Amino acid sequence: MVQFSLPQNSKIIKGKFYKDKSGSNNLKKVNVYRWNPIGNENPRIDTFEVDLNECGPKVLDILFKIKNEIDPTLTFRRSCAHGVCGSCAMNVDGVNTLSCIKSHSDIKGELNIYPLPHLKVIKDLVGDLTTLYKQYESVEPWLKSKVGEKTSTEIKQSQEDRAKLDGYYECILCACCSTSCPSYWWNGDKYLGPAVLLQAYRWISDSRDDERKERLKKVADELKLYRCHTIMNCTNSCPKGLNPAKAIGSIKKMLATS
Amino acid sequence: MENKNNPLSPHLQVYRWHISSLLSITHRIVGIINFVCIIFLLSLLILSEFNNYNFKIIAQSFFGKFFIISLCWSFSFQILNEIRHLAWDMGYGFELKVAKITGMATIFGSFILSILFYFIGKVFF
Repeated sequence: MVQFSLPQNSKIIKGKFYKDKSGSNNLKKVNVYRWNPIGNENPRIDTFEVDLNECGPKVLDILFKIKNEIDPTLTFRRSCAHGVCGSCAMNVDGVNTLSCIKSHSDIKGELNIYPLPHLKVIKDLVGDLTTLYKQYESVEPWLKSKVGEKTSTEIKQSQEDRAKLDGYYECILCACCSTSCPSYWWNGDKYLGPAVLLQAYRWISDSRDDERKERLKKVADELKLYRCHTIMNCTNSCPKGLNPAKAIGSIKKMLATS
Repeated sequence: MENKNNPLSPHLQVYRWHISSLLSITHRIVGIINFVCIIFLLSLLILSEFNNYNFKIIAQSFFGKFFIISLCWSFSFQILNEIRHLAWDMGYGFELKVAKITGMATIFGSFILSILFYFIGKVFF
């Protein structure tokens, strides 16, 4: 349901200010969203002064510096730090991205870091993605092939058919796109969202898959698919440069022409 | 997981506007305005069948001119943005650069088209 303002328990209050102790001349003010599940406090924005002379180039480096040197209770997800795993997806400077591949020198002025939008916060920058994973499961993201069941050899695919998966198989499910989509904010329980629909399209367009029609039928739903109004926040935010809006458009086109 | 009391992370409050998202919401608002205003304008026209004088007074008042010029813009904006949507439905124009260019073209084009509409209308009325 559309609700423009945050609920009462989610209103952000003013947090702590951590002044720089190094005396550096190259400081950046970093505002970070904090919420602790222990206690009954509302979320707050803590401001850290970070010495950029002693810091790596990416936003994730700043977060590590804060965690290591200023406040060890800061919580965030990360794993590979090379833009491959998709764990460190967060809202940096108003756009969802992977903090490990976002350079902080690109951002002028203060740096604002929030968790992915419109999710239940578990702690600090960690959001609850359970719904999205359930929706991902619902599109049955695996190969369904009758030929594959009978033979133990590989199923061959022409180079042209393989090329159809380019721009779709690279998705790492970081959820940047889905949580950037206003439609997904208002109807996240029913609308599948760009990430899951891009995955659905990846399996629909796989030449080795036998259940193309069933897959299309499953996704053809007023709420599941057609809540996409081509707002294109998804494509604008995808850190891998993929195009979920195009994938959804392709599904709609397939349904209209088949 | 039990998370009834967990807060909702900020969304509209922090998310940056892009041309595409701005045009999308404008398209919706303008659609509603056009729906209401065109009904209003048509009923005025029907009423002017009985009394031509009143319609002219309204159309030439400050409010009337403002209303007509605004409607010229909102109508041309919606036409142009609808062309974008038609192209998307046919599978074209999803690339970020293309979407940005067509978005800017919609904004500038809507002003040019509304001036055109206004002067074409002036010739007839």
